[in-house]
Amino acid sequence: MKAFFSILARDLRLSLGSGGIGLPVVFFLLVATLYPFAVGPDGDLLAKTGGGVLWVAALLAALLPVDRLIAPDAESGVLDQYGVRGVGEEIVALAKITAHWLGFGPALMIAALPAAALLHLDGTILASVEIGLLAGTPGLAALGVMVASLTAGLRRGGALAGLLMLPLAVPLIIFGAGSIGEFGGGALRFLAASSLFLVAVGPFAAGAGIRALRE
Amino acid sequence: MTAQLAVENLACVRGGRMLFKGISFALGAGDALLLTGPNGVGKSSLLRALAGLLPVYAGSVAAQGRIALADESPALDPRLPLARALGFWAGLDGSGDGGVAAALDAFNLAPLGDVPVRMLSTGQRRRATLARIHASAADIWLLDEPGNGLDTASLGLLEAAIAAHRAQGGLVIAASHQPLGLEGATALALEAAQ
Repeated sequence: MKAFFSILARDLRLSLGSGGIGLPVVFFLLVATLYPFAVGPDGDLLAKTGGGVLWVAALLAALLPVDRLIAPDAESGVLDQYGVRGVGEEIVALAKITAHWLGFGPALMIAALPAAALLHLDGTILASVEIGLLAGTPGLAALGVMVASLTAGLRRGGALAGLLMLPLAVPLIIFGAGSIGEFGGGALRFLAASSLFLVAVGPFAAGAGIRALRE
Repeated sequence: MTAQLAVENLACVRGGRMLFKGISFALGAGDALLLTGPNGVGKSSLLRALAGLLPVYAGSVAAQGRIALADESPALDPRLPLARALGFWAGLDGSGDGGVAAALDAFNLAPLGDVPVRMLSTGQRRRATLARIHASAADIWLLDEPGNGLDTASLGLLEAAIAAHRAQGGLVIAASHQPLGLEGATALALEAAQ
C-alpha cells in the first residue's frame, strides 16, 4: 500500500514537472479552437458536431504523454528496483494508471468548459460531455499505460503506441460521442462499461508488459 | 540482522542459451562472495536471478533478509537533487532521511546533496548508486562491478562501506574484475556452461 502511494506521488510529480498537465490541456483547447476555423462559424453545425470533436481531442490528448509513462523508468532501472523490493508489477501498473489519469483527466474536464464555449455547446450537451469524460478518461488512462508498457522496449515506441492505442480506443469514442444528445443514456452505460473493463484489465496487462521488459 | 542466502544447483537460461549451471553456495551474516569470470559468462544474470528479476531455470534461491541491487543503472530521477532522489528509495525502504544522510557521508557525497542527479559525473553517479544501496538498509547487497569508474579514494570508501556492512551482520555478493579488498571473501569463478 505504501509502495502504491509512493509510486503514485512520484509519477504525479514527474508528470506535473514535465508540463504533463499543461500539454494535453493546451492540445485539447487548440483542437477546440481550430475546429470552428475549419468548418466555418455556423453555430448549429458546431453545436451538433462539437461534442464528438471534444471526444476525439480528449483521446489524442491522452495519447500525448504515453511515451513518458513506462519507457524512461524501464531505461533508468527504476522498474527493476521496484522488482528487487518485491513490489508487484500489477501494483506498479495500477499506480501508474492512477497517476496518468490524475495527470490529464480532471484537467481535461476543466478545459472542456472553455472548449464548450468555443464550440457553441449548450448546457445539456456540456453536462453530458463532462459526465462522459468522467466515465471514459479512466479507461483511456488504463489503455495508455497498457500500450506504453508493451511499446517501452521498442525503438520509436511512441509512434507505434499511437497505432496500437487508437483502434483499441474506438469503443470509448463511439460510446463517448454517442452519450451526447437525446438518447445518450444507453451509450453512457456502454461507455462506463468499456472504461470499467479497461481499468480492470489494465493493471494485469500492463504488469505483464513490465515483467516482459526484464527479459 | 540475520542475513542468509543459500543457492542450490542454480542454472540460468537466457535467449535459449544456458549461461551457467550447477551453482551452489551458502552465505551467512558477515560473509562476502566475489564473482569473477570472463565477459558474458552470466555474472550480471546471476545477480539479477538472486534479486528475483530473472526467472530461475533450475535450482533454488533462498534468501533471508532484504535485498538491494546496484547494477549499471542508478535508478535516480535525473532532475531531482541527489538527496531527494535517494530519499524516494529510502522512503520506500523505510530508512528515512537519517539513512540518506549517512549514505551520503559514507560515499563523500554530502556536498553534492543539492546537486541535480543529471549534473553528476560518471564516478559521482556510480557513488550515488552505491549510496542508494547504503541508504536502503538492506541486509543483502548485490553489487555489479561496483568499482567501475571509481577513483582510488572512492574505492577506499567502497571497501570501508562494505566492511562496515559486513561487521553489522550484512552480506555482500560482488561481481568484479577489480580486486575489491573483500577480506575473507569466498571466490566463485563462473565458467561457461557446455
